Formats: sequence, structure tokens, C-alpha cells
Amino acid sequence: MIWFAAALLGFAALAWGFRVAGQTATGRAPYFRDMPFGVAYGYVLAVAALMWLVWAYTQGRSADPAVANKFFFLRIAVEGFIIFSIAAWLFRLLGRSVGTKQTKRLFRSMPLTAAFGIMMILIYVFVAVFASFLAPYGQAEIIRGVPANIMPGGDIALGGNPDFPLGTDQIGRDILSRLIYGAQNTVGIAFVTTVIAFLLGGSMGFLAATLGGWLDQLLSRIVDVLMAIPSLIFALLLMTIASVWAPRLGIPQTYFMILIIAVIDSTRVYRLARAVGQNIVVMDYIEAAKLRGEGLGYLMFREILPNATSPLLAEFGLRFCFVFLTIASLSFLGVGIQPPLADWGTMVRDLGGFVNFAQFAPMVATPPLLAAGAIALLAVAVNFVVDWMLHRSSGLKD
Amino acid sequence: MGNVLTIILQRLALGFLTLLVVSGVIFVAVNLLPGDFAQSILGQGATPEAVASIRRDLGLDQPMVSRYFTWLGGALQGDFGSSFAQASFANFTGSESGAGSVAQQIAPRFANTMFLAAVSAAIAVPFAIVLGVLAALYRNSIFDRATNIFTLSSISSPEFFLAYVLILFLAVLNPILPAVSNIFADMSFSERLEKTLLPALTLTLVVTAHMMRMTRAAIINLLSSPYIEMARLKGMSPLRVIVRHALPNALAPIINVVAINLAYLITGVVVVEVVFVYPGIGQLFVDSVKFRDIPVVQACCLIFAAAYILLNLTADIMSILSNPRLRHPK
Repeated sequence: MIWFAAALLGFAALAWGFRVAGQTATGRAPYFRDMPFGVAYGYVLAVAALMWLVWAYTQGRSADPAVANKFFFLRIAVEGFIIFSIAAWLFRLLGRSVGTKQTKRLFRSMPLTAAFGIMMILIYVFVAVFASFLAPYGQAEIIRGVPANIMPGGDIALGGNPDFPLGTDQIGRDILSRLIYGAQNTVGIAFVTTVIAFLLGGSMGFLAATLGGWLDQLLSRIVDVLMAIPSLIFALLLMTIASVWAPRLGIPQTYFMILIIAVIDSTRVYRLARAVGQNIVVMDYIEAAKLRGEGLGYLMFREILPNATSPLLAEFGLRFCFVFLTIASLSFLGVGIQPPLADWGTMVRDLGGFVNFAQFAPMVATPPLLAAGAIALLAVAVNFVVDWMLHRSSGLKD
Repeated sequence: MGNVLTIILQRLALGFLTLLVVSGVIFVAVNLLPGDFAQSILGQGATPEAVASIRRDLGLDQPMVSRYFTWLGGALQGDFGSSFAQASFANFTGSESGAGSVAQQIAPRFANTMFLAAVSAAIAVPFAIVLGVLAALYRNSIFDRATNIFTLSSISSPEFFLAYVLILFLAVLNPILPAVSNIFADMSFSERLEKTLLPALTLTLVVTAHMMRMTRAAIINLLSSPYIEMARLKGMSPLRVIVRHALPNALAPIINVVAINLAYLITGVVVVEVVFVYPGIGQLFVDSVKFRDIPVVQACCLIFAAAYILLNLTADIMSILSNPRLRHPK
């Protein structure tokens, strides 16, 4: 505690020194003359943090395994950050030089975070589609002649096996294959759920906006009630009931989950679709279409929908994130995607205890972190893209 | 002032109506379960008499509407009935009645969850507002961009990822805080705080991001106002302009987002409690979901929903109260 306070005071002195040095070196340039002390302090803190990171990185590369183990994850994080940044930059460069005129222009104004997001989404889609070619083993395959619980890392001295870089789980399935198949199951199910939520919420919202009256009131009040219950809690409650019904009806529990989450999330889509729809319904061209005698379906999907795509598209990204995270949380709590399907949330729950052995063998702790990290990375990527889209469409320049 | 009072009374009435309807939805949802508990605890070979007697004991032979009102009436007085799992257990061991009451199970855990939520809020709210003000002050600088990336990432990470990363760095690699929050009733405050800190930090990471972004957006929205221009022109420092002129006017949206995030905190607690084995209401909820202990599930659901609705209601009322145009009508 004393050291901490002393360090903060030391930084304060350094910051003051830095500002004075800057002022004298540049001959009182306006930037240094008007620099508040807080900004100088911020620079010093940032430099200190960077220096610490570099130091920790060299520690992570040290020859002494005890020291290297301690900083292993930091090293991986730093390396991952640098590699992904370079990859995103190269990807943006590629996008700027290849493709049609529109995509080139799109990439030219793109921040690096959005390029990173698009790149990651493409990678996930690729892995999900070609999972069966990429994975060395099947997702539910219990590999014959191989013991369960092979340690990750492929180091034979620590109980690993180079054929199974991430080891095998408690009943002898290859963790790497399950991680790859997880992209297919977790992302695929989340995507399907989001699409259903959009079809349901979007059409109901447009319907309420077009017809108005008692139908609008009824739907809106139902949505109000459903939205008043916290979504994860409601999903858990309904999943309890589904878990009893599923075996009786012979329908997999996962289908119930898709339906339940789609209905819960469609309430949010409904709100947006109704609000956007109401702004469009008062337009003249809708009036003209009505006078032409167009039917309800035409009005909703040929007149309103094309004019509501951009807000709905951004909402689709956000909604996908929420659905994806809800499914992951449900699976983590043990009521989501059911075995034998490989799924990241379930993997985190099953393997989470291994994090406690990270001190002794850092590789042992990687599978749960990789599974959780895979969830986080996709959600972050989608959010980066949505953030950029919203920023672009709102035209905010501040 | 009378105008505001009626608006607030209307909102309160609407809130309680919502709560009533929500309790009905929860009750109906639970009653969608096939069969009933009497059959499932007795198993396949149960005699009809035994099933009937347990049904009578638990009041399952009443029609649904009357069961709903009995349950609701009890819940309003803090009596959530007796836990099925505990009731059957108490019957077999012959212990005194009341040992398996849901309220008894929930009360200490509710206090624990409230403690966790309070600690997280105490860290998150000041942190988020300071960070938001700084990001608005140095907007479009490297600092702003770095916080933007950091907050977006922590919003979109699942709670258990953040929890495991924190466990990895703060409990396993550098043993500063305990990784498991085993809390007992007779713990001293500092001990309790130490055990709660890691889950609280996880929740802080989750909610800070949203609050901070909204604070930043609310302040930046105001920066083009004429009175900000005026303050700037008379030579005020940028920090003073924001703290003295922008922040008080941005208070309404900020209070709103704080209340909404506290509501989120109450529900986000579920996953975090499971990761840290924190003996709170969220863990009880997940456990009873697995055991299908219906009265506990019902009660937990109702408590979560009530907390959520009340906090959203508070957000609503606070934003009405902080709007001078509503407080002083023409």
C-alpha cells in the first residue's frame, strides 16, 4: 500500500518534470504550455504501464519455467494483441485494394477495430462451415485406445500427447475438435435463434405499426409484461419447464431453448420495429400504396421493410450478441445446449476448474479460457462492427 | 408540483400492476409443468393415497386460481410456502415443521446477494462516472479510443470469461484474493468484503462499461449547447466546464442509466455467483432450477422480477424528478 502511494507520488513528480522538460525543449510551444497537469500525469502513467507490459513480456519469455509460467498468459495476450492488430491492418489493406469500387470506399473509411471485427466474423463463419474438415476428430467421438484426461500442451512429461494439442476431456474426446465444432453449434444456434426472433418480432412490430388500434395495444402490453421480467431469469424459468417436457414429447431440449430465447428476444425487436414502422407508416408513399389497394403483406414487406433495413441491420448485430451471450450463459449454467453437441459454454463449465492449476502448468488452464475467449472474441467482433455501423449511419462527427 | 405527483403516482400504480401481472405469468408458467411434485417425489410405485395426502399437505389439490391467490397473499407477507425438496426431507426425518420454508432458505442468501450488488455498485458507479467525464473531456484522443475499445470488449464478454480471467490473474497467478467466496453468517465485515471483492470486480467490469459510455454520450450531447460555448469563451478550464455546467444537465440520463444498470446487476449476479460459488440468491435459483424445486424457483423469480421492476421504476421517477420542465410546469 505504501509502495503504491509512493509510486503514484513518484509519477506525479515525473509528470511535472515531463511537462517542464517539454516546455523548455520546445520553447513553450502551445501544446506543452497549455497542458493540464492531469494530461501530463496520464502520459506518464501510460508510459509506465507500457514499460511494465514490456517487462512482463520479457519475464514471460524467461528461461526459468517458474517465472515464465507466471507471465505465460500475459505473454500470450500481448502476442495475440499484436498479431491480431497486424492481421486486421493487413485485412483492411486487402479490402482497400481488392473488390468493387463500393467495398474499396467502405474499407477506406473503416477504423481498425471494425476491420478487425469483420475479419473475425469471416474467420468464425469459415470455421463453422468447414468444421468437419478442420477438426481432426468427431465432436462426440470417444477416441479408441486413448485415455481420458490427457493434459493439454502435448508435453509427454506432463501427461500430454502431441496428437492431442489441447488434450482430451473427462470421457476421452478431443478438446480441440470440440472447440472447432463449438463454432458450428454455438454460433449456428445463436444465429438461427436471432433470425427467428427477427421474423417474429419484426413482423409483429410492422403489423402493430400498420394496423394500430386494439391489436397494437394488445401486442404492446404483452411485450411490456414480457420485458418486465429479466430475460436470463425468465429463460431459466422456462428452461426448467422445457427440461421436463422435452423427454416426454421426444423433442430435443435445444429446440425448446431456441424457441424460448427467440420469443424473449423478439420483444426487443418488436419495440424497435414498431417504432421505426410508425415513422414510415405516415409517409405519403404508404398512403399511395393503400389507395392503390395493396394488401397488408405488400405494405409490410415491400413498402415498410426496405425503408427500415438500416436500423434493423444494426439491431440484428446487437441482438445476435445478446442471444449468443444468453445461450452461452444458459449452457454455462447447465440448461442450454445439451450434450453430445459440443458447445463453448458447456466446455467452460466442465473444464473451468483447471484454471486453478495455471501456476504449475499454464497449458492446463488454456482449454476453458480458449472456449470462453472464443465466445468473448466473437461478441467483441460483432460489437465493433455494429459500433462502426451506428457511428456511420448517425453521422456523428464529434 | 401536483402535476409531477400525479405522474409519479401513475407510474407507481403502473409498476405495481406490472408486478402483479408478472407474478401471474410466473405462476402460470410454473403450472405448465406436467404432472405434479407429489408424484415425482414419491416415484413410480406410489399408492394413490400417499399421493393424495402429499397433495393435501402442499395444497396441490386446490384449483389453480385459488392456489395463485394463496401463494400471492403469502408472498406479500414474506411467506413463500415450503420448499418441496426440503418439505419431503423434513417429513422423512420427522423434524419440526417450518424447517423447509422457502423464506428461511432465501432470507440469508438475499442479504448476501444484496451485499454483493452493493459492493459492486459502490465501486462501479463512481468509477464509471469519473471515466465517462474523462472520456468526454479528452474525446477523440488516444485515451478516449482506448477506453472505448476496452469498454466495448468488457460489455460484450460473457460474465464467466471475465470471472475466469480475474480468477486467473488475481487469485491463481498472484494470490491476492480468494477464488471461492465461501461466506458464513458470523464473518467480520472486512473478511466478508475480501471474499466478495472478486465477484464484485467482475460485475463492476460488466456494468461500468455501459454506464461510462452513456455518461460520455450524455455529456458530449450537451457540449454544443450555447451555455457551454459561453462558459468556454469566458475562459473556464475544460474540466470545470464539464463538471460545473455539463454534468448537472446530463444528470437525468446518467441517473437513468445507473438505475438500469443496477437492475442489470441484480440479474447478472446469477452467472457470477455460480462461478465463485457465492452463496447468494442466484446460485439458489440455478440449483432449484436443476432440482425442479418449484416454490423456490417461483420465489426467486418473483424476487428478481420485483427488484428489476422497482429499479426500472426508480429510473423512471428519477428522470421525471430531475427534469425541471416537469417539476415546474407553466
